[in-house]
Amino acid sequence: MAEKLKLEVVTPKGAVVSQEVDIVTAPGYGGEFGVLANHAPFLSTIKTGVLTYKTGTQEETLMVSGGFCEVSNNKLTFLVESAERGADIDVDRAMRSKERAEKRLAQAQAQKENFNRTRAEAALQRALSRLKVAERGKAS
Amino acid sequence: MPSLKDVKTKIGGVKKTAQITKAMNMVAAAKLRGAQQKMEDFRSYAEKFNAAMGNLSSAMDSGAFPLMEKREVKTVEILVVTSDRGLCGSFNAHIMKMTDRLIASLEAQGKKVSLVCVGKKSISYFRKTGKVRQRYPDLMGTFQMFNARAIAQELAANFLAGDSDEVRIVYGKFKSVAVQRPAEQMFLPIQPSEVSAATPSAAAGSYIYEPSTEEIMEVLLPLYMNVMVYHAMLEVSASEHAARMSAMDNATNACKDIIHSLTLIYNKARQAGITAELMDIVGGAEALK
Repeated sequence: MAEKLKLEVVTPKGAVVSQEVDIVTAPGYGGEFGVLANHAPFLSTIKTGVLTYKTGTQEETLMVSGGFCEVSNNKLTFLVESAERGADIDVDRAMRSKERAEKRLAQAQAQKENFNRTRAEAALQRALSRLKVAERGKAS
Repeated sequence: MPSLKDVKTKIGGVKKTAQITKAMNMVAAAKLRGAQQKMEDFRSYAEKFNAAMGNLSSAMDSGAFPLMEKREVKTVEILVVTSDRGLCGSFNAHIMKMTDRLIASLEAQGKKVSLVCVGKKSISYFRKTGKVRQRYPDLMGTFQMFNARAIAQELAANFLAGDSDEVRIVYGKFKSVAVQRPAEQMFLPIQPSEVSAATPSAAAGSYIYEPSTEEIMEVLLPLYMNVMVYHAMLEVSASEHAARMSAMDNATNACKDIIHSLTLIYNKARQAGITAELMDIVGGAEALK
């Protein structure tokens, strides 16, 4: 593949990824979307989830949470609140927070508290994406 | 004339103080480096964010969002960001003074003022005024984004509920290691002019937006507030360490001066003592003749 696009993942703590890649798959507002070179200018919000990018045969995954991305001129910029690589994720901690979030979610649902429920849902989503990324990191 | 021993103890004490201030200076220097690094890391995020906001707001008609709504200003909320610890020269005092001035001028216009304080110094300073609505001690130095988010949400909730019609931030701006200035910034309502001043891209209109621009804006505006609060906190903590560094440097120098003058006094006293003893001996020998 001749044409590549430049991927940048930036968090408030600095850039996490900055390299040339072939394809990027990201969790957008309306579901997953893929971006190849020469994509039309595009701007979308990002949900908590798994971001995948491929260079040649090498595939990398990242857990990203909340933010947005911008595509223009073969440049893909993700501005997210956090981005973690599979190797950096503490699986035990993610497991624990998943259980905690599930418990809270059940509690909030029982009491019909919307505020706590959205928070618990967000926490659960984060924990699940972390686990997914950690798993894929191990498999490859 | 102070006695020899008194002067000696005093020199010892001042030396100890100098050691401490020297150590604090070095700690502050190390922390400053960390804070500056954080600012550096954050800058790229903030710049890209501003650029994207600029693109967006030029592509849509602003004013449709509650967070951007301009109301008649009756109550002004001020977010004061200071450090948690003192011993950093007049850094915090300057921020406080600026806030005081701001409060006075707002109240002269017949507006009500409420305060949200970040950092122990501002909390204790404004405690007696009875204007403090929310306080956030012990946040500085952690550099956690979620702290900034909590503050931004609190401010926004109050603004949306109509309890405040305008929110401003007063914080210490980091100009350089030697210069820190208090600064005031408009926070809410978010001003689109300020936002789009970044870099309005030529191709702004041709973007595909998913979901619509309005919905993206609804997600981005709260994030933008986080960015602003976080930015203020980073600036303050970098300024705090820089201010402490120079304050401690001054203190160490002052200690050196004091030690110098005390040593002079000590030597003089010692000399006087020796002279007096010599006189005694000479006097005694003379008497024996």
